[in-house]
Amino acid sequence: MIPAQFEYERAGSVDEAVELLGSEDAKALAGGHSLIPLLRLRFARPALLVDVGRLDDLRYVREDGDRVAIGALSRHADLARDAVLAQHCALVASVAAGIGDPQVRHRGTIGGSVAHADPASDFATVLLTLDAELVARGPGGERTIAASDFFTGPFETALGAQELLTEIRVPKVSAGTYLKHTRRAQDWATVGVAAARVNGGVHVGLASMGTTPVRATAVESALAGGASSTDAAAHAAEGTSPPSDVNGSAAYRAHLAQVLVRRALEAI
Amino acid sequence: MTKVAVTVNGTRHEADVEPRTLLVYFLRNELGLQGTNVGCDTSSCGACTVLLDGESVKSCTVLAVQADGCEVTTVEGLAQGEELHPVQQAFHEQHALQCGYCTPGFVMAAVSLLKENPNPTEEEIRLGLEGNLCRCTGYHNIVRAVQAAAKAGA
Repeated sequence: MIPAQFEYERAGSVDEAVELLGSEDAKALAGGHSLIPLLRLRFARPALLVDVGRLDDLRYVREDGDRVAIGALSRHADLARDAVLAQHCALVASVAAGIGDPQVRHRGTIGGSVAHADPASDFATVLLTLDAELVARGPGGERTIAASDFFTGPFETALGAQELLTEIRVPKVSAGTYLKHTRRAQDWATVGVAAARVNGGVHVGLASMGTTPVRATAVESALAGGASSTDAAAHAAEGTSPPSDVNGSAAYRAHLAQVLVRRALEAI
Repeated sequence: MTKVAVTVNGTRHEADVEPRTLLVYFLRNELGLQGTNVGCDTSSCGACTVLLDGESVKSCTVLAVQADGCEVTTVEGLAQGEELHPVQQAFHEQHALQCGYCTPGFVMAAVSLLKENPNPTEEEIRLGLEGNLCRCTGYHNIVRAVQAAAKAGA
């Protein structure tokens, strides 16, 4: 399967990338591990690919007060072994270590993964759970978008056509876990569950339980009201609309969400 | 067409490619290096695994233009003359193949794995090879071969 034809430009800077993204039907290419499969299936047929994969100044992890700032082009493999993350937000490192397979992790980037916004995305779910902030650069300058406002639909985000995701900021958290159930090792999550203690409360997020990653708000409220992990987990599927597909029915996903939420809560 | 310069197995190649050209087809069709196989064509099976700047990647999911200026190693680049690379030698000795179609990908994935983790446990080997599928299900001998290669100091 060969992609349809497109033009190709490699951006030498974020400003140049933003300018190039102003062309009609342009799309940013980072590691390509979400986009290239779509190009090959011809689900995506952009006129221009703007390769941002060489913008090495967007590869970093650094402390930023009570947060950790992650450059959008950091690869999963780099995040998995990053010392700053290991100390201050090990959840993100452990999620990175479990995405796809080693070959995918050598190419895929956190920014590319998040901008792709697959409802089954591990990173998207964890960022939503952590109340992360996403920084985007566009023609008008930089803006910060809350993760809760970022994922607007399946494969849709709040990013404008000419905006490039440049940084992700996550809070420092000591307790967090991400559990996912997959049919095969490298599959997307049939259901994924993130749980973390953030600012004195317990946050819980779900992958593959709707058209975007979602927060398990009923679980969070139950916990805030003093419910046990088991009792709170029983609310895991409330307010969600899981899909039925080859990986499982909606009812199976609802059951899986309850089991994984309970296990995740017991682990943090 | 876009100009690319890619160093493959130590030799620099310059070519004009369509931007949509996948690295695996650049290697096979432009350079005639047909040791790298196309298996699933959907980024799943790992038969097309090569090293890009020393790290394993699936060459069906990398554009040739993305490899511009980079170093690529394919299975043809492992042996030193007549002498097999320790991972190749171990696959040979441990009979880590049945039909052999997945073998170049497994060998390259194993080389990358041992570079990152020279003394992996059996579990680390199995996890480290999760991006490669063997339809003959010959996994046990593949794992043994990687263990043997690690012992041999690959």
